[in-house]
Amino acid sequence: MAGLSPPGVLFAVLGLAAIFAPFMTLAANRIVAGEGRALWTLAAPQITGPGIALMLLGLALGLPAARPFLRIAGAALGLAGLVWLLVLGAASLLAEAGDYARVSPAAGFWCLLVVFALMMADALSALSPGPAARAGLLVLVLALIGALLWSGALSDLSIAQEFASRKDAFYSASLRHLGLAFGSLLAAAVIGLPLGVMSHRNAGLRRALLPVLSFLQTIPSLAMFGIMIPVLSWLSGVIPGARAIGIAGIGFAPAFLALTLYSLLPVVANVLAGLRTAPAATLEAARGMGMTWRQRLTRVELPLGLPVVLAGLRIVLVQNIGLAVIAGLIGGGGYGTFVFQGLNQTAGDLILLGALPTVALALISAIAMDILVEVTTPRTEREE
Amino acid sequence: MIEIDEITKLYEGTAAVDHVSMTVETGTITVIVGTSGSGKTTLLRMINRLIEPSSGEVRINGESTAALPKHELRRRIGYVIQGDGLFPHYTIAGNIGAVPKLLGWSRDKTRARVDELLDLFSMEPAQFRDRYPAELSGGQQQRVGVARALASRPDLLLMDEPFGALDPIIRARAQADLRHIQRQLGSTIVLVTHDMEEAIHLGDRVAVMDGGKLLQHGTPAEIIAAPATDFVAQMVGGVDRPLRLLSLIPVSDVLEDGAAEGEPIAPDTSLRDALSLCLWRGVEALPVADGDRPLGRVTLATIRARAAELA
Ligand SMILES: Nc1ncnc2c1ncn2[C@@H]1O[C@H](COP(=O)(O)OP(=O)(O)OP(=O)(O)O)[C@@H](O)[C@H]1O
Ligand SMILES: [Mg+2]
Repeated sequence: MAGLSPPGVLFAVLGLAAIFAPFMTLAANRIVAGEGRALWTLAAPQITGPGIALMLLGLALGLPAARPFLRIAGAALGLAGLVWLLVLGAASLLAEAGDYARVSPAAGFWCLLVVFALMMADALSALSPGPAARAGLLVLVLALIGALLWSGALSDLSIAQEFASRKDAFYSASLRHLGLAFGSLLAAAVIGLPLGVMSHRNAGLRRALLPVLSFLQTIPSLAMFGIMIPVLSWLSGVIPGARAIGIAGIGFAPAFLALTLYSLLPVVANVLAGLRTAPAATLEAARGMGMTWRQRLTRVELPLGLPVVLAGLRIVLVQNIGLAVIAGLIGGGGYGTFVFQGLNQTAGDLILLGALPTVALALISAIAMDILVEVTTPRTEREE
Repeated sequence: MIEIDEITKLYEGTAAVDHVSMTVETGTITVIVGTSGSGKTTLLRMINRLIEPSSGEVRINGESTAALPKHELRRRIGYVIQGDGLFPHYTIAGNIGAVPKLLGWSRDKTRARVDELLDLFSMEPAQFRDRYPAELSGGQQQRVGVARALASRPDLLLMDEPFGALDPIIRARAQADLRHIQRQLGSTIVLVTHDMEEAIHLGDRVAVMDGGKLLQHGTPAEIIAAPATDFVAQMVGGVDRPLRLLSLIPVSDVLEDGAAEGEPIAPDTSLRDALSLCLWRGVEALPVADGDRPLGRVTLATIRARAAELA
């Protein structure tokens, strides 16, 4: 027996505690606060029994150290139990309640979800899969979640009902959110990469530029979006034709501009840091053998610094996916629209309809960018 | 032939290199030696214009180095620095082939040259070609650094303390390798060191610098026998001077007929090593033989007489 895995023990303790927390909330309608329901009160024992058993088994399988595959299996069983309870529990709760009743996952569900997800991540990281395996896993997980959503098994949940009544709005918000996050990343890259390269070469430019970008970064996000409104409305007034191409005080343009400005510092700073990763002696040798400035940049400094540059883009992307929510406040669209509507109406599930996809998008982007960083890291040793 | 003509480098009014002139003959090794801060690196780097001279000029085969764009000049001159400066993300073949690639050589020609150089440095091409620098020992990295500088058969090789980071045994082997390869290829080398021993051992000519000035430029024997200033005398090691001089003379120069007891020594053994052996064995004479063929002997008295010529 190899002993117990310390995180496994922690997960088991947390998981056991979470089993006693309210698992779902049952509310009479979408506005009122609901009552929490413990796991075993969701449905008949022949439904809750197997689900709870699966989760307990999952937690137990997570305990032995040095058995990552066992822990992965445990996490998978636990997640299966979780979904089973969610789907069947929701149906059974609704069956006993009125027409306008709403069911949502509660603290217990979320805690267990986090516990099993962390357990899975912990076991996977012990296997340290290569970039291809990680990409495959990401696709697999997304496919499973997609299948679960597609199957309609979750359509009893309140958040699914919020979604059903706003399908079109949700899809256009998704497009808008992606447009804001990726568009501002692209703009920041197009502006920031050359700026970074230029200020790498020119110390004067670097000294002038970095404080300005740092200052932009310190403006609180709400204030930044606020500042954009008068600035852009003034611009749309003085520049003929500006309004026609969508430049206005509220809407997409100010949100996009604010996100782009926020992104410049991380992009430029990481380009600078990346270009500095080449060892001094290597650069001296490159100069001494007659490489031009451009050749040193493209053959030595950029290849060696590319992972750092991409790490900067990763920071920007994840940051912008989150910040784009605030664009909802100034009519920029995106998932923020649902979050702020939900806040106004005190409709928690509407907030979740905005928040959950944002979190998912940020996670997926982070994982995908990490894979990209690893793939672009130049080889300095052969494969074992 | 490299002519350095009244070259000067001023930093904020102070001369790091002060009106230095010297001529480096084709196919020879010139070693610039001096204490730290004496301007050796500055002088060397003005030859390939990594540093622009404040005044004076350098001519290679009569042509001023200022006449060429800097990067083209540098592609014709090999450059080796302390700590090798290899490209960590290139394989050994990629590193050695870097300058040929800049010069637009064909793939096949570059590959053949890479293998030829690896052979020359006793590194099995099949074994080393595809490794990365991180997978070599320090001494091997240093050899690849030199091989890279030689790849395009440059007119001139500049080396700044190339062996500074190596342990004494590897260092001695690297010096011997360099000498051997230089003889074989007939390269012209300017090498910087602060180690007089290395300068005497490697140099056809030694240039002693102090405070940015060239104090003396001559053969190792001239420098030891007739130091131009007290500083040079101090550099060549005061009381060790007779021994240093003896280290430059092979026993074949002072052979006499006759036999002696003991294991014979080779004719290219230095008088210093012969002296050491005499003392160690407690004998007055050593037999000299070329392989199995006896050539004669060398006596303690002759060695003593040669050393005394100095005084
Ligand atoms: N970029 C520079 N700016 C100002 N002074 C410099 C610069 N480079 C070198 N110097 C000065 O020039 C003098 C000669 O420097 P150099 O590097 O040529 O010495 P060196 O003989 O190679 O010494 P070491 O053996 O320590 O390498 C030193 O006093 C140094 O401080
Ligand atoms: Mg130096």
